[in-house]
Amino acid sequence: MNKKTTNSRTTESIPKTLSGIQGLDEITHGGLPTGRPTLICGSAGCGKTLLAMEFLMRGATQYGEPGVFMAFEENEQDLILNMRSLGFDLKKLIAQKKILLDYIHIDRQEIEETGEYDLEGLFIRLDYAIKSIGAKRVVLDTIEALFAGLPNEMILRAELRRLFRWLKDRGMTAIITGESGDKTLTRHGLEEYVADCVMTLDHRVQNQMSTRRLRVVKYRGTVHGTNEYPFLIGEAGISVLPVTSLGLNHEASVQRISSGIPKLDEMLAGKGYYRGSSVLVSGSPGVGKSSIAAHFIDAACRRGERCQLFAYEESSDQIMRNMRSIGIDLAPWIEKGLLQIHAVRPTLCGIESHLVSMHHKIGAFKPSVVVVDPISSLSITQDEAELKPTLMRLIDFLKMQKITALFTSLVSGGMNLEDSQVGVSSLMDTWLLLRNAETNGERNRTFYVLKSRGTAHSNQIREFVITNKGVDLQEIYLGADKTLTGSARATQEANEALAEQRLQREHQRRLQQLDRKRTTIAAQIIALEAEMKSDEEEMKSFAMQEELRQKTLSNERRTMSRLRGQ
Amino acid sequence: MKKRASVKSNAAQVKTAEQPKDERYILRLYIAGSTPRSMQAILNIRRICEEHLKGRYELVVVDVYQQPTLAKGEQIIAAPTLVKKLPLPLRRFIGDMSNEQRILVGLDLRPAEGKDPA
Repeated sequence: MNKKTTNSRTTESIPKTLSGIQGLDEITHGGLPTGRPTLICGSAGCGKTLLAMEFLMRGATQYGEPGVFMAFEENEQDLILNMRSLGFDLKKLIAQKKILLDYIHIDRQEIEETGEYDLEGLFIRLDYAIKSIGAKRVVLDTIEALFAGLPNEMILRAELRRLFRWLKDRGMTAIITGESGDKTLTRHGLEEYVADCVMTLDHRVQNQMSTRRLRVVKYRGTVHGTNEYPFLIGEAGISVLPVTSLGLNHEASVQRISSGIPKLDEMLAGKGYYRGSSVLVSGSPGVGKSSIAAHFIDAACRRGERCQLFAYEESSDQIMRNMRSIGIDLAPWIEKGLLQIHAVRPTLCGIESHLVSMHHKIGAFKPSVVVVDPISSLSITQDEAELKPTLMRLIDFLKMQKITALFTSLVSGGMNLEDSQVGVSSLMDTWLLLRNAETNGERNRTFYVLKSRGTAHSNQIREFVITNKGVDLQEIYLGADKTLTGSARATQEANEALAEQRLQREHQRRLQQLDRKRTTIAAQIIALEAEMKSDEEEMKSFAMQEELRQKTLSNERRTMSRLRGQ
Repeated sequence: MKKRASVKSNAAQVKTAEQPKDERYILRLYIAGSTPRSMQAILNIRRICEEHLKGRYELVVVDVYQQPTLAKGEQIIAAPTLVKKLPLPLRRFIGDMSNEQRILVGLDLRPAEGKDPA
């Protein structure tokens, strides 16, 4: 809050002129100081002239501010040719009176000093040039050439001081370039005169990789990024990186997208990654990092989203062939224009150049998913200490664009797997770790979610199985104080199945036994009932016989008594 | 070129000095306004020409304020600047033309200092 208010106040107090150079205006919070000279210094071949020229060209074409280019080193023809190689049509702009080139040639051999003089001739030329096209921007490249051409340094210094004041009085937003010196920023100490804004350009070669860098050394009366920012001279002029890493204020999406592996989604609370998050997949060689990446790409393309894959190890053909072997066919997505694969060797250029080309390609394609496979090979060309800030910029850039990014990272054999992968793990939202488990004479892959910011995630280690139908995550055997993977897990599972079967059979047998017993009892019941019945019947017949006998007996008695009574 | 001419001995100089005698000098003096320094330069160069090149020189004084395009065409940076267009080689003299010795050497009218006596 507090910072914000000071920010806006300073930007109000100093008017700034947009340079139009990609990234530079972000670093300087709005461009170069309007109506003041800016000193750009650097060694030979670091891009001073180009930066200055681009400042003019952008001013002329984008902001309607004509500019004067005073060249002390290259003549008009050379400049036009050089700029054409970078896609700028200087000739056209000159014809349209938007840019005026003035080549100042000083030949020490021709010049003889014969007393007091001043540089009024230069002032007149500049004045005339400014007036003739109504210039708002001026470049003096490289005014230090005057020191070589004119013998009297005293006069020259006084005149330069007058010149810069003169430019300020006329409200010219100027760039003055200077060669860097041994102890001073410029060889002849120009920074003494141009004190409002000073930038240095640098062209360093490290491990045979060259990187250009830009730094704002000072900028009076305003905040500015103070770091060294890599920049690149590309087909479209200069791009300074980063454009976005000045703050951490990207929006966080709550949308979730599938990782392409259902079981992995399950492990991430059943929903997958957050959109716009960055995912790191790390592991030792051959554990299937690229396969996870391929699944993710495939899933994104299936959703109809655009995808970009930056591959630093395999060619795009090789990737497609290899992924086909696990049942993922990426070719149709490429045909549909949903997928772009950019495969280059990491040693092609410095990491900043890679980053810039990524920026350009991402900017042009506007993907929603970006995969970098692997980031660790970029570190071949760079110190790890330098890799981290660069990747941070990339991650920030992707986050700003709400692009979900998946990075794979190789961990070499002896390294601790949880060792900070090229120092970037802290930048990642989700970190998936693959490792090899060596047991019983086999190597099996295990997989777990090491971290996942803002989501519930499984704590389980799964077995990572690559089949010809893609990647599968199997539950590994847990219990009885051991974890088993691979064939050991299979054996264990088979054993368990066998035991289960045995139990089942036992159960069946006992059921049958009981059934039989019941049948027997039932049969016995029937027999007894039959016996009872026959008993009953016997009883009945006994009763009948008895009755009959009684009857007969009484009849006989009656007959007897009758016989007797008679 | 200049050096070779100036290193020549006195004996040879008679010959070389004789030949350029016919050469016409075409000189342009570029000044920036009527400043005391400009005036000084005009006076000085006129005097030198009258003394050393009488009758065979053409001196034009140009005020670059009046003709700024000429400043570009003639590669004028400093003022005042005297340009010797002919005889070749082209040479520029900057300053108020007070250092006569240098001008004479530069105009090939006198050998360079220190190398004079053979």
